Amino acid sequence: MRRTSLGGKLFRGLLWVMFGLFFLIPLYSMADFSTRNLIAGGRTLQAWKNLVQDNALYQAIVISLLLAVFTVVLMLVILVPTMIWVRLRTPWAKGIVEFLCLLPLTIPALVIVVGLRNVYLWVTYFLGESALTLTFVYVVLVLPFAYRALDAAMSAIDLKTLSEAARSLGAGWLTTIGRVVVPNIWSGILSAAFISIAVVLGEFTIASLSGYQTLQVQIVLIGKADGPTSVAASLATLLFGFVLLLALALVTRGRRRTTASHVLLASAVAVPAVPANQPGLPA
Amino acid sequence: MSGIARRLRDVLPLLPFLTLVTVFLIIPTVTVIVSAFFADGAFSLEKIATLFSGTALAALWKSVLLSASTAILGALFGAVLAWLIVSSPPTSGVRRAVISLCSVLAQFGGVALAFAFLATIGLNGVLTVWVQQHFGWNLAGSGWLYSLTGLIVVYTYFQIPLMVIVFVPALEGLREQWREAALSLGASRWQYFREVAAPLLTPAFLGSALLLFANAFAAYATAAALVSQGSPIVPLLIRAALTSEVVLGQSGFAYALALEMIIIVAVVMTAYNVLVRRTARWLR
Repeated sequence: MRRTSLGGKLFRGLLWVMFGLFFLIPLYSMADFSTRNLIAGGRTLQAWKNLVQDNALYQAIVISLLLAVFTVVLMLVILVPTMIWVRLRTPWAKGIVEFLCLLPLTIPALVIVVGLRNVYLWVTYFLGESALTLTFVYVVLVLPFAYRALDAAMSAIDLKTLSEAARSLGAGWLTTIGRVVVPNIWSGILSAAFISIAVVLGEFTIASLSGYQTLQVQIVLIGKADGPTSVAASLATLLFGFVLLLALALVTRGRRRTTASHVLLASAVAVPAVPANQPGLPA
Repeated sequence: MSGIARRLRDVLPLLPFLTLVTVFLIIPTVTVIVSAFFADGAFSLEKIATLFSGTALAALWKSVLLSASTAILGALFGAVLAWLIVSSPPTSGVRRAVISLCSVLAQFGGVALAFAFLATIGLNGVLTVWVQQHFGWNLAGSGWLYSLTGLIVVYTYFQIPLMVIVFVPALEGLREQWREAALSLGASRWQYFREVAAPLLTPAFLGSALLLFANAFAAYATAAALVSQGSPIVPLLIRAALTSEVVLGQSGFAYALALEMIIIVAVVMTAYNVLVRRTARWLR
């Protein structure tokens, strides 16, 4: 065991307190600021009520939630069959798919939005002018996170044997995916969904530069006139993120140690070059 | 013939995925790269030349300054916090809680972070008011929060947790036996740190710092929410070029700046990958 002197203990304690203050003061300030009555003094919950009472803000919240749902659905519909197919039938393409999935980590969202204008001319031409068309770009944005989560879950099961068993018992591909594979990678699907929701609800860059009124864009807009409401909405997003990640931690707990939520997130921030069979961290 | 048909049938299910990625990731990126080199349908270095104008160079310099300083601050403080976490008892709930908190805070860039700091040390910020009442100092004085200094403080808030997340595994990879071996061979703790731990951790530390650099360089939302006027750094200059393009025909400028950003991030990330591979040799 490591022996620690009293001085060492004090020093460590002091460091903990300093880090704690640095990280917790802004969070506390948000709660304090958003309940402060700037005009009459004292406390008010008006800023929090504005989340549903302010029409523009409420609309933006609805749009962001819808975007989150659509993104998750489209991401799962596209990514899950692709990843299963790659593992079973076209292993030679696994490297390409992984590379493409992790690519958004090295291409900043800002770059995508700069190059997206021509593409969006076509998208709006076919689908009309709606904030919900952001779904497609958002699926690309969440790919690295979702890929890592799903890949970890799929590596944990014997996909080949399972699907061969299902197929030899007469199941078609849809049945195999829907009734055999998906129930076995359920926790990976949930993780992928939760992380995607968190990313979509927090996304600002693409939405604001494409001129759509999502939650984060609206928060900035309101912030110019009504600080407390913006702070309340920010804190609400943040708390929602905390809850999602907490749920994620519960979902992934008890599975393999290496796929705990923080590692998943971390591996999602980190970069392509790691072999796919190591969901853990490259650093 | 049937081989080709079979191969085609095998690739068919991949098409939705490939189409999505091509249209919404590859094409935009290629558009940026190609457009930066073309003007009016002909190859031209005109747009690239704008990168060497005073405005662009000043923004690049400030972006590099911001990314480098927050990478260094984040890496140093993050490493200390990671060490605090790793050396606390592995069973303690504190450890789990802090790591989970870090994973949320590392993702907590963006708009919410800007407002967190406005609520803390903005003009009417909670800490500003408290310090004003108790000490009479004006923390928000001269609006420094909206300047480069402010951005450095705010960015550090998400850089430290990111460092913790990427650096904790490297610290955990340091086996206890190595320390015991060194100490039982008569090394002092400082010697152990200097001769064993530090050389082993250096690639991971530098790699993480590079990741932090790229992370800060590409960050947009926080700065955009905090700084509504002027464009001190590259991402905000891109915003200015995008939003004013109708007037000034500056979309070419945005392409050039975006290309600059791709190149810098790609170079940094490549270096990061090299260092990560070196770390991977002894880790696990």
